[in-house]
Amino acid sequence: MTQKTVLFDKHLQYGGKIVDFAGWQMPINYGSQVEEHHQVRTDAGMFDVSHMVVLDLHGDAVKPFLQYLLANDVAKLKQSGKALYSCMLNEKGGVIDDLIVYYMRDDWFRMVVNAGTRDKDIAWITKQAKPFNVDVQERAELAMIAVQGPHAREKALQVLPIDASQTAGDLGRFVGAAYGEWFVARTGYTGEDGFEIMLPDTEAPEFWDALAKAGIKPCGLGARDTLRLEAGMNLYGSDMDESTSPLISGLGWTIAWEPAERNFIGRDVIAAEKQFGPKQKLVGLVLEDKGVFRGHQKVVVEGVGEGEITSGTFSPSLKKSIALARVPAATGDHCQVDIRGKLLNARVVKPVFVRDGKSCID
Amino acid sequence: MSEIPSELRYTRSHEWVRVEDDGTVTVGITDHAQEALGDIVFVEPPEVGTHFDAEDACCVVESVKAASDIYMPISGEVIDSNGILVDEPEMINNAPYEDGWIFRIRPDDVDEADELLDSSSYEEELEENNDDDDD
Repeated sequence: MTQKTVLFDKHLQYGGKIVDFAGWQMPINYGSQVEEHHQVRTDAGMFDVSHMVVLDLHGDAVKPFLQYLLANDVAKLKQSGKALYSCMLNEKGGVIDDLIVYYMRDDWFRMVVNAGTRDKDIAWITKQAKPFNVDVQERAELAMIAVQGPHAREKALQVLPIDASQTAGDLGRFVGAAYGEWFVARTGYTGEDGFEIMLPDTEAPEFWDALAKAGIKPCGLGARDTLRLEAGMNLYGSDMDESTSPLISGLGWTIAWEPAERNFIGRDVIAAEKQFGPKQKLVGLVLEDKGVFRGHQKVVVEGVGEGEITSGTFSPSLKKSIALARVPAATGDHCQVDIRGKLLNARVVKPVFVRDGKSCID
Repeated sequence: MSEIPSELRYTRSHEWVRVEDDGTVTVGITDHAQEALGDIVFVEPPEVGTHFDAEDACCVVESVKAASDIYMPISGEVIDSNGILVDEPEMINNAPYEDGWIFRIRPDDVDEADELLDSSSYEEELEENNDDDDD
């Protein structure tokens, strides 16, 4: 069954090429993926991310519940609207999903999870929530639009509802605020500044037009993928899944080990893995020869072993191919990648290629 | 609607061929193909001097989205590839039938080109597969 977001007709109207994504009819681009990529890096672009799943969690024990459910610690969230990125692990330490959780009030947190993992996430969260008496409510009636780019915030502020337009400009990075049924957060998935805006779906088409009129151009899922990969952000299902721990997925930084007495699902397994040293790591690769990295290409590290590319693409900003790859822990600063039978040279780098419009690669 | 010049011949896998005055054959991909692939960022041309049979995968064109094989339209030996594409692969998007040509071959039998689709048959082919146009 294929689903459409409330903005589907807008995508057609703006010339979007529609593809299936996790059962949703979504725009892959509106003409040129590369132009849309540059639009976000240099000015302002917008993405319909209404297929993503918004969950509201209510209950007196919602904080201890999330401290048990998530590998990162929501106790870090002191300010209303503050966001936290976390993995949700299974009992074996594999990643069920990666998500963002917002602290709204002591008895209310809001979570945004991936569309492709919706059913299993809701089933898992609801099951774990029962003993904590936490209510899990899906907010399917909310649309979500991400506006991203160095000029995205100033342009969006011109057309946000009046209460939001007056104060959303003061939001710090990774902080959101509710304005009635609207929620504006200074977050994103591109490595650029911007907002992710949740709003009632009935108001979304008109707001999309207003954003476009303010000079924020529609961008498709294609550009979203090259932007997030340049920013070194993981994609669930490609760079990590239930069979991989966060430690071998470049997500060790999202695990809150302190306080030591906090018991979260999967902790014992990944703690043991950490103690003995993970056998693999997720790194960035930059192709030094001509070609394009793609997922599942084999990585060869001379004298060490083999690995695999988890996400690869051509980087429109760097004009060369980049990738995330899972490789043996002992991998140094060079490796080779098998592209159609040829071993091409690649440099191993910290997996952040572009941030705030600037190259992070020498 | 994509451009389909009447003087060229076409394959169902969206290559075009042009028979030159000297009997060699120039090969590229159609306007429809470049449109479907999106922004092209890399071309791995067939090696000059290699012989391929018709319908052999002989070359790879990569867009930001994905890698796609290019198939030999008629049997022959590769005699040249388009050097412009090394630094400007986007030429295939900009001018698929002119500066965006991909390689030239010396055909085993130039008459094989006559068996390929003419422009109106190729156009019909595209219309029949209209559902794929949104890919």
